[in-house]
Amino acid sequence: MRLPCPICGERDHREFYYQGADVMLHRPDPDAGEAAWDDYLYLRANVPGDHHELWSHDAGCGAWLRVSRNTVTHEVTGAELATEVKR
Amino acid sequence: MVELRAQTPLDDMAPMTIGTVTLAEVDLGVLTSIAPYKGQGKALSEALKAAHGMALPGPNRATGKEGARAIWFGREMVMLAGPEPDAALNAYAALTLQSDAWTAVQLSGDGAEDVLARMVPVDLRAASFKRGHTARSLVQHMNGSITRTGPQSFVVMVFRSMARTLLHDLQRAMESVAARG
Repeated sequence: MRLPCPICGERDHREFYYQGADVMLHRPDPDAGEAAWDDYLYLRANVPGDHHELWSHDAGCGAWLRVSRNTVTHEVTGAELATEVKR
Repeated sequence: MVELRAQTPLDDMAPMTIGTVTLAEVDLGVLTSIAPYKGQGKALSEALKAAHGMALPGPNRATGKEGARAIWFGREMVMLAGPEPDAALNAYAALTLQSDAWTAVQLSGDGAEDVLARMVPVDLRAASFKRGHTARSLVQHMNGSITRTGPQSFVVMVFRSMARTLLHDLQRAMESVAARG
């Protein structure tokens, strides 16, 4: 599998560290309430198909990326810097 | 007063030639990592040009020449190799002395690309990786920096603590490339 790093270009997956779904980019407000925080911490949809994930380009530029990947076909459709994702 | 001599990471290893490829430890001089402050990239580049004669390199590029290079070293990070950093740079970036933290070797000769092809998962052939290009990537299992310094020569850097591993891995790769004739 190769991931398209926006800084380094297309690189082998060995250079990356996998964090999981991009939930950390959707952190609720501190006073959002128990339900929102319970959802944020524990509940995952786990729907097959297109997925946003966080990968760290550990052995490369060191940036955190939000990668779009289809969990059924494993097709990687894009990646952007996590700092540039609108929250 | 006792005269103390700095020890290099590979203990002043003599250059080693296997087949057509030569491996030599290189002393890059003073190493300083430069992390530009937010929005100061352009001003920093001007200051770097005025002080050391090279522009700030963009991602995957290195500027300058032997003795004074600026090597892109990651997101918002450049390594100045050679000169003592000019004090004027302090206004635009955070500077950190890293001289003793890195092992640097030069791999040169016909087949240097083939040796690195066994260790680095990036296409380092001349068509896509020209002089002045650099990459942060893996060198076997180590995070490292690879810079092309000439048509047949590369500078490879890894953490100083991994000097012996780098030597071992490079030697193995050189031997297996040479064995193929």
